[in-house]
Amino acid sequence: MAETHEGDSRRDFLMITTTAVGAVGAACVAWPFIDQMNPAADTLALASIEFDVSTVPEGQAVTLTWRGKPVFVRHRTPKEIEEAREVPLDELRDPQTDAERAIKPEYLVMVGVCTHLGCVPLGQSVSDPKGDYDGWFCPCHGSHYDSSGRIRRGPAPLNLPVPEYQYISDTVIRIG
Amino acid sequence: MAANFSNPVVRWIDHRLPVFTFMHHELHEYPTPKNLSYWWNFGSLAGIALVIMIVTGITLAMHYTPHVDHAFDSVERIMRDVNYGWLIRYIHMNGASFFFIVVYIHIFRGLYFGSYKAPREILWMLGVVILLLMMATAFMGYVLPWGQMSFWGATVITNLFSAIPLAGESIVTWLWGGFSVDNATLNRFFSLHFLLPFVIVGVVVLHIVALHRFGSNNPLGIDVKGPKDQIPFHPYYTIKDAFGLGVFLIFFSAFIFFAPNFLGHPDNYIPANPLVTPAHIVPEWYFLPFYAILRAVPDKLGGVLLMFGAIAVLFILPWLDRSPVRSGQFRPIFKIFFWLLVIDVVVLTWLGAKPAEGWYVIGTQIATVWYFLHFLVILPLLSIFETPKPLPKSISEPVLGAGGGFAGATAAPREKV
Repeated sequence: MAETHEGDSRRDFLMITTTAVGAVGAACVAWPFIDQMNPAADTLALASIEFDVSTVPEGQAVTLTWRGKPVFVRHRTPKEIEEAREVPLDELRDPQTDAERAIKPEYLVMVGVCTHLGCVPLGQSVSDPKGDYDGWFCPCHGSHYDSSGRIRRGPAPLNLPVPEYQYISDTVIRIG
Repeated sequence: MAANFSNPVVRWIDHRLPVFTFMHHELHEYPTPKNLSYWWNFGSLAGIALVIMIVTGITLAMHYTPHVDHAFDSVERIMRDVNYGWLIRYIHMNGASFFFIVVYIHIFRGLYFGSYKAPREILWMLGVVILLLMMATAFMGYVLPWGQMSFWGATVITNLFSAIPLAGESIVTWLWGGFSVDNATLNRFFSLHFLLPFVIVGVVVLHIVALHRFGSNNPLGIDVKGPKDQIPFHPYYTIKDAFGLGVFLIFFSAFIFFAPNFLGHPDNYIPANPLVTPAHIVPEWYFLPFYAILRAVPDKLGGVLLMFGAIAVLFILPWLDRSPVRSGQFRPIFKIFFWLLVIDVVVLTWLGAKPAEGWYVIGTQIATVWYFLHFLVILPLLSIFETPKPLPKSISEPVLGAGGGFAGATAAPREKV
């Protein structure tokens, strides 16, 4: 009896170790086929852009393309900045002060993709509807954003996201 | 007979959809001759090669652009920018060559051991269909990188059809979708290169259905006489196939990692130029024997017919070789001619890569004549005049002696066939 049990356990051991090595091998082979779907080197190389914000006149906005998405850059008027600062934080669905959202208050930089289901809100051009809060309005499902790009009304859960960016000179920003 | 599965979920599903019973029947208990040698590994290896080609091909198609202005660059992007793109493309490139190596060995194994003979004629013919589909797929795949060899290979091979009397020119224009190999051609080749592997999968399924009807042939070429001559496919042949796969992957990896372009042509790293033909046009090595036969004939139509004839003759092989003995082991004269055919095909491969001039042309013509002589004259004559060696009574007999026979057959003297 002891003899057969020894043989059995040796066979089990070989079976389990072989299967384990095979599983590790299969995982190693699978990885390149999974990773090839991640962004390629040339895609990553285009992941940051630079922009001179002084080219935007006061009261107007431009839309840049960054990582395939629109980035809104608005040169805000003193009135818009004032409106954004006056809002009490407890009225906000996603509380954030205006200072947290703009490095320099005149220039608001954010990703122009509605946090509801990914449409591009209106409000960039002078003739666009700007919603009830003097900011942006998403035509897909009616989300209203204020002059700081914060969600005020409608189905969107979060403020328009502010991308990682920095001023590399007085007027030039690098996004990404 | 439904297998008894211990897992209740498997049992529940199997009762409603008997896939597990089917797999158990065809891959586990499937009775297989117990004397299969390593030459029988190449069927499953070919199946695995097909899977490797489909998996890498689908991933490459995620990054490839079938347009004359972008195809070459998109392949270079795969090589430089896409994560592991170089690896996946090198697997696919060399995978084509290794698929053909494995399939050619598989075919010669069938030729030597008479695997094409009754009752496996349809199994064999389906195999020839797979070979033809593989050739079409490989050819169109080679066009996709849109290098110089891609372009001129496509031009030369599509021009073969212009040899057809009367309709030839119209057929070529139809194949091209224009007046030369161009964007329309590239697009349809990409479409078909994506489609055909799945057609191959379909024919492979039929190939396996036909195989499992009578089971594998074996090195002795005699029929299985009973359960004593057989062992279950699993674990005996799964483990043997897995070991063979390991050896295959060592060679395959050696090429992928250390000589990925050894089997290719440097000219294909030059973007396609419709105005300049490379000095020396050669197809991929696996087409060389057929390319040699094409060039052996100093007549356009004749060359094309002979080239296709070289494969067509395989279709009727089961009716050319009428000898009732399958395995070459018991056919002393056939055995010699078999190896002469192997040498002949190797010589044709070598000559196909040489420029068509001087002695090479004459050598090609001799080798071509021999190829057809073998199938059309030698094999039919051998079936009549050759005296085969005596066959063993059963697969077990040569190993176990008289004790390996079955009741009634024990110790019976060997008979001449």
